[in-house]
Amino acid sequence: MNTRKTEILVGLFIAAGLLALFMLAMKVSNLNVYNSDSGYEITANFDDISGLKIKSPVTMAGVRIGRVSDIQFDSETFEAVVKIRIESQYKTLPKDSSASIYTAGLLGEKYIGLEPGGDEENLQQNDKLKLTQSSLVLEKLISRFVDSFVDKSSDK
Amino acid sequence: MLDFIQQLGRSGFDFFQRLGRANILFAHILGGIPGMLVRIPLVIQQILSVGVLSLLIILVSGLFVGMVLGLQGYNTLVDFGAEESLGVMVALSLVRELGPVVSALLFAGRAGSALTAEIGLMKATEQLSAMEMMAIDPIRRVLTPRFLAGFISMPLLAAIFSAVGVLGGHFVGVGLLGVDEGAYWSQMQDSVDLYDDIYNGVIKSLVFGVVVTWIAVFEGYDAVPTSEGVSRATTRTVVHSSLAVLGLDFILTAIMF
Repeated sequence: MNTRKTEILVGLFIAAGLLALFMLAMKVSNLNVYNSDSGYEITANFDDISGLKIKSPVTMAGVRIGRVSDIQFDSETFEAVVKIRIESQYKTLPKDSSASIYTAGLLGEKYIGLEPGGDEENLQQNDKLKLTQSSLVLEKLISRFVDSFVDKSSDK
Repeated sequence: MLDFIQQLGRSGFDFFQRLGRANILFAHILGGIPGMLVRIPLVIQQILSVGVLSLLIILVSGLFVGMVLGLQGYNTLVDFGAEESLGVMVALSLVRELGPVVSALLFAGRAGSALTAEIGLMKATEQLSAMEMMAIDPIRRVLTPRFLAGFISMPLLAAIFSAVGVLGGHFVGVGLLGVDEGAYWSQMQDSVDLYDDIYNGVIKSLVFGVVVTWIAVFEGYDAVPTSEGVSRATTRTVVHSSLAVLGLDFILTAIMF
């Protein structure tokens, strides 16, 4: 086999390999999520975020408009400080929007649902959401249910 | 009884001697890499025989592994009403495990055995000694380009395997079984992480490429220069590199994920 043909075949092979890597990066992985680093960040404090993770989706009306970018613990108020990055095309969210932590399906992933408020002003970079609702922890729910059951039966 | 213990000790020493020889050879091969930069045509020639000619088996098996994953995954997931997660399952199992491991096993069988047989035969027909007589270092002239070619080809082959497998899963899941096309891709993109999954998969296949070509080249160079010796060396290449790939895969997975 002559050199030219060899080199062309090897060139095609390397191109195909790089193309496959490129496809894995662009089409299979979440590279385009990393790229949406524009947008703005807001924070929200929750009493309990159990199950929420960095990169969990943030939705409004069921549409994903951002992601959780950071989770920290405030050792003075004993609350979780969640940073949310909203994509830049959603600029007109009311300032008094509220955030709650929901579960997708019965055992699914946790996500933050935002509900719009009525304020004329819009959320800006580093704004803080004042109205938040914590995530439902199944054990707490069950123990509350059991407690109420026990209370009722002891009343009799 | 004494003979048995003597035998045991001897085989132990033999093992360590081989291990030592393999490592010295590895250092020698690595030492030849800078010299290869001015003789790239040699490497290209080897990439052709190691990489390009392995392409067909990688493409076909990648496609079928992806299709089987799509089929099996669908049958399992549909019981939980979670067939939308098919893309995640196919992509994660391919990118993390099956892509690097299966392509390394195929590579050991297809290219590793050929390397060993070629080098072993060169040794048996005294081509390597002839080179030495001409003051050409056979390790740098013969072994280093083959090693480099394996090192370059392996991650590319693994990436092609994974990409074709994802398409095969798409063909079965979306095309034949009716999983939603958007869910297949978007759930996949939500769960597969560029750094955690894809980069680690590439690192895995790089490690496998080094190990498989190292074993193949060493077995060929170290073969007993008879036809029987070459055939045994070829068998050893396939067995040892398959075991090394599977063992290393466990260690790498434990470190990475």
